[in-house]
Amino acid sequence: MSGKPKLHYFNGRGRMESIRWLLAAAGVEFDECFLETRDDLLKLQKSGALLFQQVPMVEIDGMKMVQTRAIGNYIAAKYNLYGKDLKERALIDMYVEAIIDLDELLMMYALQPADKKEQYLANIVDKATNRYFPVYEKVLKDQGQDFLVGNQLSRADVQLLEALLMAEEYKSDILAKFPLLQSFKARISNVPTIKKFLQPGSQRKPPLQEKDLPKVMKIFNLGH
Amino acid sequence: MSASERGWGGRRRQALISVLSWPPAQRKERTGNRNAEIMAGKPKLHYTNGRGKMESIRWLLAAAGVEFEEEFIETKEDLEKLRNDGSLLFQQVPMVEIDGMKMVQTRAILSYIAAKHNLYGKDLKERAWIDMYVEGTTDLMGMIMYLPFQPAEAKEKNLALIIERATARYFPAYEKVLKDHGHDYLVGNKLSWADIHLLEAILMAEECKPDILSAFPLLQAFKGRISNIPTIKKFLQPGSQRKPPADEKFIAHVKKIFNM
Repeated sequence: MSGKPKLHYFNGRGRMESIRWLLAAAGVEFDECFLETRDDLLKLQKSGALLFQQVPMVEIDGMKMVQTRAIGNYIAAKYNLYGKDLKERALIDMYVEAIIDLDELLMMYALQPADKKEQYLANIVDKATNRYFPVYEKVLKDQGQDFLVGNQLSRADVQLLEALLMAEEYKSDILAKFPLLQSFKARISNVPTIKKFLQPGSQRKPPLQEKDLPKVMKIFNLGH
Repeated sequence: MSASERGWGGRRRQALISVLSWPPAQRKERTGNRNAEIMAGKPKLHYTNGRGKMESIRWLLAAAGVEFEEEFIETKEDLEKLRNDGSLLFQQVPMVEIDGMKMVQTRAILSYIAAKHNLYGKDLKERAWIDMYVEGTTDLMGMIMYLPFQPAEAKEKNLALIIERATARYFPAYEKVLKDHGHDYLVGNKLSWADIHLLEAILMAEECKPDILSAFPLLQAFKGRISNIPTIKKFLQPGSQRKPPADEKFIAHVKKIFNM
């Protein structure tokens, strides 16, 4: 067809990481074009390639797709990670939307002023362990199945694993009270495509380092 | 015997039509519970008596011609009760009781309603475009929605940003879509969730600046056209379940309920 999907973003996680996870889990090879400077972004905007002047942008199946959720929805549906009917899709959507909320919290940590960071981290841990993780622990407990929805791998499982691993980067024992999430984490990490993505040398990106933050903020004109 | 003679008038017929539009697996599950479905009744919305994140859901249900009930959260205690009942998966509203589910997460609810009522395109690619367009209008409406909750000294600056984004980023994109294909609707030459959402965003933006569409003739025509769709026209009339913009008093009330 038209070749591999091509991802346009900076060389870091941000809002593109969940798309990388989904493609990798689906076993889809993809290319990446990294924005290194503000000029790279301006050039992309001027070319008319960005519907709303924003990245992420993914060239896929003849479309220049933007908006993280739209891209995620398309990939999930195309590669059978979106359940078998409307009701399974509804459950997947509910679970994924909440994970996106948690991801957003985690992502914004780096942008907090130094004196607010500790309080912000406490809030992340509180929401993760009191609002979000108990829900998924209960889903797994109530169903007694390997996956969150419909007894097969879906986008919800992939994105939950991503969120669990990210949360552990903030507090390594954050899953201490959630035995089923711990076994879920191990189980989904062992899905062959995902296992490959978790190995060094894959296109998975590391957490943003403090030293790289100024560069990212410059590209996106943040803090001006 | 005619359909009506067989007792297939009104709600029974409507319920069957809606069920027939579902994928076979789900249809089989549902027709067995035909009477239960009819008895289960209308979707029930749980939120405050204002726009917020629920308004897009009201728009979509109304446009789809679906009658719905509303239970308003008036106090902090009302919210606590919903939480303690276990009705809110992530302790948050909007929550919509629909088809035996207590659905939460605005986008999940909207996607479900759109798909169920044939407002989500005919295939994966149309769906992709609808999703992209809806995400854009969601971002714009989100900015407008949060304006009253910003600190007073930032309001003027934020309002200017909203107008800039609307006229330099979002509206040009939709104007171009309409120009490029020359159709009445954004996607697939047929009414979809994207059109309904864009109309909602246009009207909200006009509340910020009445002549905000002045540079966008196709959006002006679009606005006129979509507003005239019978179900939407009805929703735009006084007495419908459409909510007015929040005033100072209501903002204070909401802040109290949600501990903001």
